[in-house]
Amino acid sequence: MLSVRDLGKDLRDFTMRGVSFDVEDGDYFVLLGASGVGKSVLLELLAGLIMPDEGRVMWDGQDITYQRIQHRRMGLVYQQQALFPHMTVHQNIAFGLRPGKMQPGALRERVAELAENVNVSDLLHRYPGTLSGGESQRVALARTLATRPRCLLLDEPLSSLDAQSRSELQALLRSLHRKGHTVIHVTHEYKEAMALASRVAIMEHGTVTQVGTPSEVFHNPKSEFVARFVGIRNTFEGRLEASADGNCAWSQFVTEGLVFQVLSEASSGTGFLVFRSEDLMVFRSRVDSSEQNCFPGKVVDMAPARLGAELIIDIGVKVAALVTSESMRRLDVECGSDVWVSLNASAARYIEK
Amino acid sequence: MTQAFIRKVRIEPLYLLFTFFGGLVLLFIIAPLAGMLLQTSFTELTETAIETEVRDSIWLTLWTSMAATLILGVLSVPFAYLLARKSFPFKRLVLALVDIPIVIPHSAAGIAILGIISRDTPLGSAAESMGFHFVGGAAGIMFAMAFVSIPFLINAARDGFAAVPERLEKAAFSLGASPARVFFAVSVPLAWRAIISGFVLMWARGLSEFGAVVVVAYHPIVTPVLIYERFGAFGLPSARPISVVFIGVCLVFFIVIRLLAREPKDAER
Repeated sequence: MLSVRDLGKDLRDFTMRGVSFDVEDGDYFVLLGASGVGKSVLLELLAGLIMPDEGRVMWDGQDITYQRIQHRRMGLVYQQQALFPHMTVHQNIAFGLRPGKMQPGALRERVAELAENVNVSDLLHRYPGTLSGGESQRVALARTLATRPRCLLLDEPLSSLDAQSRSELQALLRSLHRKGHTVIHVTHEYKEAMALASRVAIMEHGTVTQVGTPSEVFHNPKSEFVARFVGIRNTFEGRLEASADGNCAWSQFVTEGLVFQVLSEASSGTGFLVFRSEDLMVFRSRVDSSEQNCFPGKVVDMAPARLGAELIIDIGVKVAALVTSESMRRLDVECGSDVWVSLNASAARYIEK
Repeated sequence: MTQAFIRKVRIEPLYLLFTFFGGLVLLFIIAPLAGMLLQTSFTELTETAIETEVRDSIWLTLWTSMAATLILGVLSVPFAYLLARKSFPFKRLVLALVDIPIVIPHSAAGIAILGIISRDTPLGSAAESMGFHFVGGAAGIMFAMAFVSIPFLINAARDGFAAVPERLEKAAFSLGASPARVFFAVSVPLAWRAIISGFVLMWARGLSEFGAVVVVAYHPIVTPVLIYERFGAFGLPSARPISVVFIGVCLVFFIVIRLLAREPKDAER
């Protein structure tokens, strides 16, 4: 198990502070954050390419914070162009096997086996300059796996690939994970995290702010940043008025003249109301439901989404609602249509500022 | 048809002017060399080429400059790597120091070198006691050649190392390679072209050196000094054939080295 405790590093352009998390053996751990928050620096700290100013990195209880990179067995795979351009694919994969210290036959066999694993057996005599992005990443993975790392550190491995290569490599990463490899994968794409992660850590402002399973993080964002980052489209700044009797969890959130009923035990103050677009219900006329948050509005934009369409509805503020294809047919709406939206109070989440 | 061609080619007047400037510059380089070659007869060339003093001086110039380049090269390439990769206190000062030989007059450089290798200096007297003559010897010539030409190798190799993506070295480290293996298996092969260019530049600069060498060692006589001596004693007709022979020999060597240093085609892809 990898344990990171209060890791900190001062670099010229940014500072990392108090980074702590655990990665269990066999985890697929995705570090999710916007560009420039220090994700790659964190990987280089774990790999041992740079040394931290403070904090500790432990592997199975053993302190490896200042262990030499050659002895760490952390397999780092960069985003792109990290294959040695003057070596063939075979020589690249063999690099970590210390050619010269292995029998040539055994070396060839091992390289062939690794190439087979990542499906690059027919590329062994090619040079990196002639490979596609996806092929290069496969070779880079094979080269790293050759060293039998105890943990794979992947720095945005999918970001420079086309859609086809991306899904192929994603499948390969999933299969590596199934084979028991522990993976730490850095990305700024929420979808990658959803597709691959067994656990997700959110990085912002040089620190890790939330760790959990993808659904925990997605359903319970701890900050407005996380909510926005993980794709929660409806984020509104406003003021929470806590209930007067102090016992009831019902509070009112006021923004742009609209009043939302929310379930929150937070005290009065400013903050954010966040809810997912799939938690918003859309009707052509007012319905008599138990929902307390019912607002009239007008459809101002429509965009196709994975399972239907996303409607942007102006109810005083613009909210995004995800509607299935079937509901779209039933609703028969177009831009300019008058609709009613309703939000279950328990689906809305208040985040204190 | 002509108008269609002109439309197709679209001759931009500004670039036409630049091409004209380029032609003038090329003429400026080629004209003296071509003039020298055309004014020298084949008989003069062959007579000069078989002259013992000329052959000895060309050989001396070639091997001293080559040796100076190789010896200092072994020290300079790792130093260039440090300059390209590492940050350290007073790095800018060190970079400026490396460039000093380029900006000082070469005769002054010769005087400075003489100041540390003449017989009455600790280095000079120690060398003398071991039977090794800096002043008036091949070692002194090499010293002078290396002094004025070393910045060319260091700067070219430094630029070459700086152009190697750092993540390739980091990837090699994370694959368990030692710093020495990263240097020899990744950094040097990828900076190879620039390093060879640096070697060729340093060698070329060394063998053409006159000012510093003539101060340190008039004899044994290197070709640039011999050309000057013949010019002073017998005039242009005597100096010209040696110059042509020397330039010819140098060009052959440069072409051969460039060809040998060419990377295999595959590696460029």
